[in-house]
Amino acid sequence: MLPTAEKQLIAKKLQSQINALQGLGKQSCNDAEGSFEPFASAFPGRIFPIGAVHEFVSYEPTESASTNAFITALAGKLIKKGGLCLWVGNTKIFTPGLKHFGFEPDRIVFINAPKHKEALWILEEALKCEALTAVVGEIKELSFTESRRLQLAVERSGVTGFVHRHQPFVENAVACTARWKVVPQISLSENDLPGVGSYCWNVQLLKVRNGKSRSWQIGWLDKTFVPVSNENLSIELTKKRHVG
Amino acid sequence: MPRYASIWFPYLLTEYVARKEPDTRNVPFVLASRHRGRMVIDAVSELASRNSIRAGMVLADCKAIMPELQMFESEPEKAGNLLNALAEWCVRYSPFVGVDLPDTLILDTSGCTHLWGGEVEYIQTIVSKFKSFGYTAKIAISDTIGTSWAVARFGTEIIVKPGMQSIALKDLSPVALRLEPEILVKLRKLGLQRIGNFIDMPRSALRRRFGSTLPLRIGQALGQEIESILPVKPIEPYQERLSCLEPIPTATGIVIALQQLLETLCMRLESEGIGLRNSVFKAYRIDGNIQQIEIGTGLPSRNVNHLFKLFEHKIVTLEPDLGFELFVLEASKVEPMTAEQAEMWALSTQNDSKVAELLDRVAARIGEQAVCRYLPVEQYWPERSIKLASPLWEKSHTQWRTDWPRPVHLLSKPEPVFAAALLPDYPPMLFRYKGKVHNIIKSDGPERIEQEWWQADGLYRDYYCVEDENGGRYWVFRSGPYNTGQPEWFIHGFFA
Repeated sequence: MLPTAEKQLIAKKLQSQINALQGLGKQSCNDAEGSFEPFASAFPGRIFPIGAVHEFVSYEPTESASTNAFITALAGKLIKKGGLCLWVGNTKIFTPGLKHFGFEPDRIVFINAPKHKEALWILEEALKCEALTAVVGEIKELSFTESRRLQLAVERSGVTGFVHRHQPFVENAVACTARWKVVPQISLSENDLPGVGSYCWNVQLLKVRNGKSRSWQIGWLDKTFVPVSNENLSIELTKKRHVG
Repeated sequence: MPRYASIWFPYLLTEYVARKEPDTRNVPFVLASRHRGRMVIDAVSELASRNSIRAGMVLADCKAIMPELQMFESEPEKAGNLLNALAEWCVRYSPFVGVDLPDTLILDTSGCTHLWGGEVEYIQTIVSKFKSFGYTAKIAISDTIGTSWAVARFGTEIIVKPGMQSIALKDLSPVALRLEPEILVKLRKLGLQRIGNFIDMPRSALRRRFGSTLPLRIGQALGQEIESILPVKPIEPYQERLSCLEPIPTATGIVIALQQLLETLCMRLESEGIGLRNSVFKAYRIDGNIQQIEIGTGLPSRNVNHLFKLFEHKIVTLEPDLGFELFVLEASKVEPMTAEQAEMWALSTQNDSKVAELLDRVAARIGEQAVCRYLPVEQYWPERSIKLASPLWEKSHTQWRTDWPRPVHLLSKPEPVFAAALLPDYPPMLFRYKGKVHNIIKSDGPERIEQEWWQADGLYRDYYCVEDENGGRYWVFRSGPYNTGQPEWFIHGFFA
């Protein structure tokens, strides 16, 4: 008879294998597991999917900045042990601002690809390259077929992809593991100190494969995510399409 | 009978400097280097040599003779490199070109001169060619290396007819025989001022008095002793050719040709321990039209598959029409593969060549300028606080600053906004950007950033980090002070 702890370990291993088969990415490394809290809880097996494609949607310029910062924070957790990040797309990123999110800005190689087709090609090629740690793509539109290709690429290579769609025409169904939305919130000031406090976001997990969608109020303090209030299990309905 | 030409460059190093810096052409200058705490002259320009300034003198003495004299530091081993390069260039005049340091080239001209219409024309061509480069060259042709060397420096005639060496040398000073200083001193003491004084003396007598060098040199000059030159071997261009029996009109055929050429070229690169940075694939069409496609790599590479992938999507741009009959693959730029490149990649834990190859493919597809990486610069002005890394793997010399908040997004150009502040030097109460009013509830600042006066003039900026009621965080600034009417407000970035 095996002790319960060992049984659980075996069950966890099997679950991660199943996850990999289901396109939920490879098992995240054990030491990194804690750093993706509280988001990991929303995913099957309480494992944050690494080696999968995450989709982010933003509309306002401030949302876009928050989303990029959030992606940087996630990628920073992945890249902690060294590695390289590729940032594809026509971006406004100001590298000195990224250091605050636990990311060495000189670890990013930017690729300006003004044409949609080229950006997608680069994104796919980059996701196929297992020597990279994370790939961020800022593209506007992503069709289901295109997203499927990206998903197939990461399944083989194990690179984590973040696709940031700013002002997409329509939030169509894509083959990505998760769809996120990050909305900036009023910053957190301790003890009513004046001035802008630490950054705070409303992170919405709109879609997740085999998991539950939820939202969190998250603050960014000392290079970690700090949940502000209890997590909401439901998400308030957001506009499907941005007007204007 | 062999014929040798000796090309003497009296002002080799100084003319090289004048070639690089045309301003120095009309000023007397010298090249000097430090010997035992004194600056000793190594090379003299023509203008300076007119004032009897010679190599080997001390710079301070020469400045006394000629106060307007200018001095440049001489580079060690420059003469050797320069002569080797010139020798390689001279291969067009003769297949055997030797270097005689410090300032002479020896050409074996046997059977070459008639191609230029005779020895006189041959010499004129070379001299005028060097003159157009800015080098003074003195040339003499004779049967032996020794005589050519002597006549080029000290003689008046430029061509010594076959077998006339002793007559040509007769009136020259013994220096022309390439002798050691001790022997020259001895000869002068004995009153032997001209070569003609002792050239007919019995060799055994000369050997007894002056050692074996003098008879050897005389023998070499007269052609009785054998003297050979060590010809320079120019590096063969990294080029491979493939000619086809039948013209090739299809893409498949071109692919096969390219792969074959790449394999042979990469084999050669591998044996020499180098990789290519730039490569041109030329296709010669049967109607005489030549087409080419070009690739470049970020790191030296000799990986056939990778290089082929870079070429692959450009093959469609070739227009075979009736077919290509000849393919040429050329590596126009090669570099040694070093460990230094791997070191730059140390920030990436994994296989570095994979990333390099990925970036090469991207650069080949959308252009090299699209791939960039940023490094911090020690400047406060936001637009100037980052720079592009070049080469891509440049290491940063400074740290990223985190002491002041910086936005995640920066607008490439600050955009004017309408803002209202309660008091001068207060953060704005509200601002209107793109037709939308943002009421500000929290703010930080100001952070005053001045233009670096040694780089640009302009108003300073007072940056505020502000937050509106929806949680949007912006970086706005006021340009300049309040004392001259209403200052302008701008939005410059977005915080996370």
